[in-house]
Amino acid sequence: MTKSSDGVFFLTGKDFTNAGSASSNLKGILDDMGIPADIVRRAAIAAFEAEMNAIIYAVAGMMRYSITPEAVTVTLQDMGPGIPDIDLAMKEGYSTAPDYIREMGFGSGMGLPNIKKNTDKLTINSVVGEGTTLEFVIYLQGLSPETSG
Amino acid sequence: MKLSDLIENLSLEVKTPETDLTREVTGGYVSDMLSDVIANAKAGYVWVTFQSHLNIVAVASLKGICGIIMVNNRVPARETILKAAAENIPIMTSSLAAFELVGKLYALGLRCR
Ligand SMILES: Nc1ncnc2c1ncn2[C@@H]1O[C@H](COP(=O)(O)OP(=O)(O)OP(=O)(O)O)[C@@H](O)[C@H]1O
Ligand SMILES: [Mg+2]
Repeated sequence: MTKSSDGVFFLTGKDFTNAGSASSNLKGILDDMGIPADIVRRAAIAAFEAEMNAIIYAVAGMMRYSITPEAVTVTLQDMGPGIPDIDLAMKEGYSTAPDYIREMGFGSGMGLPNIKKNTDKLTINSVVGEGTTLEFVIYLQGLSPETSG
Repeated sequence: MKLSDLIENLSLEVKTPETDLTREVTGGYVSDMLSDVIANAKAGYVWVTFQSHLNIVAVASLKGICGIIMVNNRVPARETILKAAAENIPIMTSSLAAFELVGKLYALGLRCR
């Protein structure tokens, strides 16, 4: 059933017309591979939030994915301002989104918490002035029992 | 209740006639913040919002939202309608303010839980 697959999508900062297409393509790939619907849903939500952050805050970025029979791993690497305080950024409600971004419905400070909630493992590395790398893993065989939906 | 019953009951204007209006509505959520909808709406819900930007379609599709209702006579952007039609996400508009519309949805039996 589940084979392996990997690939990459490129993201352009402030390109709100194509925003969401990388995560939507990833969702299609996962569906086609016969991955269980609940895992596809969680991966698509986490990928969308991470993709939108790269598009909103960075100049450019890429989303790599690796799907194996054990796990879905997605890595978002961007060239952008970086995150000075990652613990603070992870807090629900914390946002530095400017007004014009808020007008489009972003900036509730819930994106990173949503990623955390929907994944089994989340790692963020960031260098101020250079960029951010965010990686999440979702296990396919219930390896992580404490995960909520 | 089917989406089509709700459309008739509340005189909603359908902006995407080609989408599936026969889906069962399981509840509702109101918010203008996309990540809030991602966190709290459930599959089969109608989503009441003032947002008209293209990105609402991606969120609705991620969550399995059965329809988006724009309030206060908000006019959806053309790209939003095209994308919604392509992704089979019904978009409707209402002349009511969110408060009034949500009150009516609640009176029709819709809940958020
Ligand atoms: N890739 C990134 N580069 C730089 N800063 C980021 C990046 N991702 C997140 N941040 C910072 O972390 C904050 C919190 O991010 P989070 O996604 O949780 O909320 P948000 O994007 O502000 O709002 P929401 O996701 O609810 O629309 C952002 O406001 C921003 O300051
Ligand atoms: Mg965000």
